[in-house]
Amino acid sequence: MSYITDLIQLIIFVGVLVAFSVPLGNFFAKVFQGERNFLSPVFSKIESAFYSLVRIDSGYQMDWKEYAVQLLIFNLLGFLVLFIIQIVQQSLPLNPQHLPNVNLLLALNTAVSFTTNTNWQSYAGETTLSYFVQMIGMTVQNFLSAATGIAVMITLIKGIATRNGKYLGNFWVDVTRAVLYVLLPLSFLLSIILISQGVVQTFNHSVTETTLEGISQTIPLGPAASQISIKQLGTNGGGFFNTNSAFPFENPTPLSNFLQVLSILLIPASLVFTYGKMLGSKKHAWTIFGVMLSVFLIGVVVSYLSETASNPIFHTNQLMEGKETRFGIFNSVLWSVATTVASNGSVNSMISSMSPVSGLVAMLNIQLGEIIFGGVGSGLYGMFLFIVITVFISGLMVGRTPEYFGKKIEAYEIKFSILAVLLPSIIILVFTAVAVVSNAGLSSLSNKGPHGLSEILYAFTSAGGNNGSAFAGLNTNTNFYNVLMSIAMIIGRYGVIVPILAIAGSLVKKNIAPATTGTLATDNFLFAFLLFGVIIIVGALTFFPVLSIGPLLEHLLMNLKITF
Amino acid sequence: MLKKSLISSLKVLLVFTVTLGLIYPLVIYFIGQTFFYNKANGSLYVRNGEVKGSFLIAQNFTGEKYFWPRPSYINFNPMPSGASNLGPTSKDLVQQYLLRKKNFIHLNFVNEQNEIPSEMLFASASGVDPDISKTSAMLQIERVSKARNFDKLQKEKLYNLIDSLAEYPQFGIFGSEIVNVLKLNIKLDELSNKNE
Repeated sequence: MSYITDLIQLIIFVGVLVAFSVPLGNFFAKVFQGERNFLSPVFSKIESAFYSLVRIDSGYQMDWKEYAVQLLIFNLLGFLVLFIIQIVQQSLPLNPQHLPNVNLLLALNTAVSFTTNTNWQSYAGETTLSYFVQMIGMTVQNFLSAATGIAVMITLIKGIATRNGKYLGNFWVDVTRAVLYVLLPLSFLLSIILISQGVVQTFNHSVTETTLEGISQTIPLGPAASQISIKQLGTNGGGFFNTNSAFPFENPTPLSNFLQVLSILLIPASLVFTYGKMLGSKKHAWTIFGVMLSVFLIGVVVSYLSETASNPIFHTNQLMEGKETRFGIFNSVLWSVATTVASNGSVNSMISSMSPVSGLVAMLNIQLGEIIFGGVGSGLYGMFLFIVITVFISGLMVGRTPEYFGKKIEAYEIKFSILAVLLPSIIILVFTAVAVVSNAGLSSLSNKGPHGLSEILYAFTSAGGNNGSAFAGLNTNTNFYNVLMSIAMIIGRYGVIVPILAIAGSLVKKNIAPATTGTLATDNFLFAFLLFGVIIIVGALTFFPVLSIGPLLEHLLMNLKITF
Repeated sequence: MLKKSLISSLKVLLVFTVTLGLIYPLVIYFIGQTFFYNKANGSLYVRNGEVKGSFLIAQNFTGEKYFWPRPSYINFNPMPSGASNLGPTSKDLVQQYLLRKKNFIHLNFVNEQNEIPSEMLFASASGVDPDISKTSAMLQIERVSKARNFDKLQKEKLYNLIDSLAEYPQFGIFGSEIVNVLKLNIKLDELSNKNE
């Protein structure tokens, strides 16, 4: 066993993440505040050209309701386009495989999935979607759903930072800047590096060849690199190929793997520093970052120890089922934790085949609300909810009106915060319950025993949390799952976004009270500790009962060598 | 306001669709085709003008004369790619594991005491994992040499061949030492031909 090299890889990973996210975060802050930055000389011209092309007044300001309506309409439209091009793909160009039209409910699920930044996939890309749909549909929504998340985050910051205001900014400007300055340049760079490692980017038809032994084999191809880079960077996660970043054309080398797993956390981690910079408190950013990093590292260590513990059934500490040789155990574990703390959902190994405790870590990460770095934008605004709750609880303990950056946190904010925290959790638990007591839910299972419960729970966790990764033994391309999961994804996404915008709309109107000695500091170790505690207590208490009869039970049974 | 929003949304979506869905992938496409032609098109292995596979996609080698890749849930047919997704308490997985272990030991004349690398006993994630560990390749030398009637010298050459083909870790850190099975088998064929 190579514990030492694994540890070195982890240290390098965290080091590179921190080294890049601080300057990137500061750069993003400049971008969203409209300040000059190193890309301005060229990009500001493109930006203005874009506004005049689509006739948008970039100086126009929106209140939270207008912002929310604009966002919802834009997302709805994106959904419709994605839905329609799937169900008519046969009549569209760039379909060299002559793939048939996608069936209605699958198209519905997929369209919801990609517009909500979930990227759950009930389909196999290489045999379901034409190159046209992958590019015009998937790639575009990969960008736009990520940009939507960032826009909401920026709006929230403005709500916190503005004194006695009304307006929160312009949705179009936030989305455009997120795409132009943040997502596109990084995707461009990553795409090219990925091709250099062997990721395909071609419009050729799949290749049918005869192997050395004389057997016929068909190899799928496609314009994958341009989509895979944004899939990683935008915490989307929807693979070009069915087995996602485990497929060699999607993730061919250890280097491509390192860059892809780094890309999952890069923008979410950077945005923490953007948040600190725009609110004028670097220390607060480091406090949040510290909490995120701690939970992340605990997850990696627990998952790694479980995965490398000697398995009593197979007598090995290298359970390679569903893993790729070029990645090995450590990189598979690292990815599984990164992809679930963030709302990415791409995989480079099959989480269903991991040890029960590793599966539990992945599931719990999503259930905590994907606030540990989290999705681009969505991770931080999810974390904000927990900050509000922490500030509120601490305020109650000392008997003062809770404040955050001088803004009073009152009943309105608390109500919406609780709503946004509870909605996805309720959806996950209720839908799982519905599935396990119905034939339609149970007939999709491929694993028996507690692992079967984990499969269903994971599916709804992934949908409600807008993650998109899977305990992929479950066949979710059925009417039951396609519809139920679509509903879960919509509520999991907009059931958080709308409350967040409402809170931003309320905060922006408030005065900023000067800090006094009685103000709870939010930039020190004590606050980090409180925040950590609130996250664990809320997340764990909500899900501990169901986790105990899923992965925990499986772990105990595995140690007794009981199989199903 | 709604009508105005809708029109703005339509226009923005249209422009983004053209730029992000068409121009961006095309620019990447041209860069890829210009600078990394072979890789962008699937790292294909062409022999005598005929495509014989991709170096990144495992082929199904079942004969005695070739090195074997990892077990595949999709029988090496990546349309679509797939994994078993069997969990660690699955009876099916236990049975598959025991069968693979028995076969590997038996067919490769491996001493029962030898520990067989786990990747040869468990199916890969993609179903077309192109690599195996160096150890797994070494364990198959005996069988391949026997099937090809290699003498001692040729067998020695085979050891060196595996050594020279072992790739990674990248930069000495990322990944572990592995061998690409297709590359190995191509070299193996060359080695046989040279000696005929």
